[in-house]
Amino acid sequence: MIQDLVIYVIFITYAISVLMGFGTILTWVERKQAAVMSDRIGANRAYLRIPFTQIKLIWWGLFHGMADGLKMLLKEDFKPQTYDWYAYAVAPWVVFTPVLLVFAVVPFGGTLIPGLLFPALADWFGGKTYPMQIATLDAGLLIVFAFGGMTIIGSMLAGWSSSNKFSLLGALRAGSQMISYELIMGLTVLGLIVIYGTVDLDNIVRQQSGVALGWLPAWGVVYQPFAATLFMAAAIAENKRIPFDLPEAESELIAGFYTEYSAMKMGLFMFAEFIEIAIIAALFATLFLGGYNLPYMNDRGFAFPGGTVIEMSHGAVVVTQLVVFLAKMFVLSSFQILIRWTLPRFRYDQVLRFAWKFMFPLALANLTVTAVWLWVIH
Amino acid sequence: MARRPYVRKRYWNEPQMGWYERAYLFEILRGMAITSVVFLRNMGKWITGRKGAITTYYPEERRWDYAPGNRGKHVLTQRPDGSPQCIACNMCATVCPAKVIEIDAALDLDDPAHPKYPARFEIDYSRCIFCGLCVEACPEDAIRMVPEVPDFPSGNRGRMWIAKEELLTWRPLKDVAKPYPPKGAAVEVRGHG
Repeated sequence: MIQDLVIYVIFITYAISVLMGFGTILTWVERKQAAVMSDRIGANRAYLRIPFTQIKLIWWGLFHGMADGLKMLLKEDFKPQTYDWYAYAVAPWVVFTPVLLVFAVVPFGGTLIPGLLFPALADWFGGKTYPMQIATLDAGLLIVFAFGGMTIIGSMLAGWSSSNKFSLLGALRAGSQMISYELIMGLTVLGLIVIYGTVDLDNIVRQQSGVALGWLPAWGVVYQPFAATLFMAAAIAENKRIPFDLPEAESELIAGFYTEYSAMKMGLFMFAEFIEIAIIAALFATLFLGGYNLPYMNDRGFAFPGGTVIEMSHGAVVVTQLVVFLAKMFVLSSFQILIRWTLPRFRYDQVLRFAWKFMFPLALANLTVTAVWLWVIH
Repeated sequence: MARRPYVRKRYWNEPQMGWYERAYLFEILRGMAITSVVFLRNMGKWITGRKGAITTYYPEERRWDYAPGNRGKHVLTQRPDGSPQCIACNMCATVCPAKVIEIDAALDLDDPAHPKYPARFEIDYSRCIFCGLCVEACPEDAIRMVPEVPDFPSGNRGRMWIAKEELLTWRPLKDVAKPYPPKGAAVEVRGHG
């Protein structure tokens, strides 16, 4: 019992620090990547001076994130004269909390056997095994969509309670856009659920460690390349980032539904957006790119299609899986930032037309083809 | 009068898109290929220790290609003996649209040709707009602008002044066109009939 507590406290600490770390680092990555993509240098003026010396640590502008956080903490927390102050105060948390909660069902590693990892503690743990994921739920994907849908409420609350026309317009846009794309995300993932026959994310990852078509890794992107593309597009739209950032289009709506927010309340919205980049990357990796496993890898080592099997020690497997998952998350986050700095913004009617007249039929067709194909081979 | 139905105006440069452009995905991929190539090229330069940006890292770096006529900062020209050619007539200070030039005139009876000289000549670069009107206005060719830019990016406005001593550091060997009699020489003052 106490062993479970220790392990899960470690898991939760790890997950939260990963998310917070990603949220902080991604602000820097976004700046630097955008700068390098457009022949610029990027933010690099913030520095830490070692006390009593003139040594300034710049570290390629990594401290700009700290400077931003400090600025948001110290700024005036402006309160508009709104009739619904409670909703106004609670809205950033309604956006921020579900984003963190989604990660609870995402597996960030395979099965952990603490007794094998620390022989000194083997007696205490007594052969217990833990899947490396905070909540081992059968309803994994359903939880993801349930919590993902809650952020809509947060942005609607923020826009409605701000007593600002721009906020209200932004909230309306956010509501219609996010509901539309939520549907498409669900439909694209449905194809995967049909194939894997489960919504448990850990199980989905395990099924992806095999081999498909003789030599390809059995990743979701191999079975459902179409759904992967649609899922990525819908997820970016769900996160309200360029090219789908209509709810907060600066040139039209100032800052959309968080126009009236300042200081750390506004920081929470921004932080939630950056963490959601990492969440989308984690979900995409889990569903389509084999999760925490390298190609042909499972909890015991590698099993290559030629029949070659490489056994690995448990510690090596755990470390590899953790690092591989973080690397996949980072690369996919970087890919989303690449999209954000490449594409121009859609018009509002284009966004909804794109959702309902282009992606929705495609997602349905994808689901139909998958179902028919499965029915044929069984 | 019945309202005519709205007809969207057709422009001469309407985009002509085929199915390939309309599918949008291929064009997205092309755009992302372009940005990725730029990113990887610049990143490769940064990693191998070269500079992957065209930004000049001012003030640590300066552009090498300032135009010869660039109005970077002011200089006061000098007479052969090193005194400023300025006669403290205040024309530059009068014409200055930003009102950044401050001149205190003083009297020097040893130089009867130019008895007035600037005891204090200061320019506030935090407000200067580098328009060059002071150069245009000067009747004595005493103030000019050179391509180099002043060297004080600062968070403190009080530090952004340049005084006479700094303005007088520009001393080319052959520039001042007019020959001046040395100080103390007998000067024939004409025009008194």
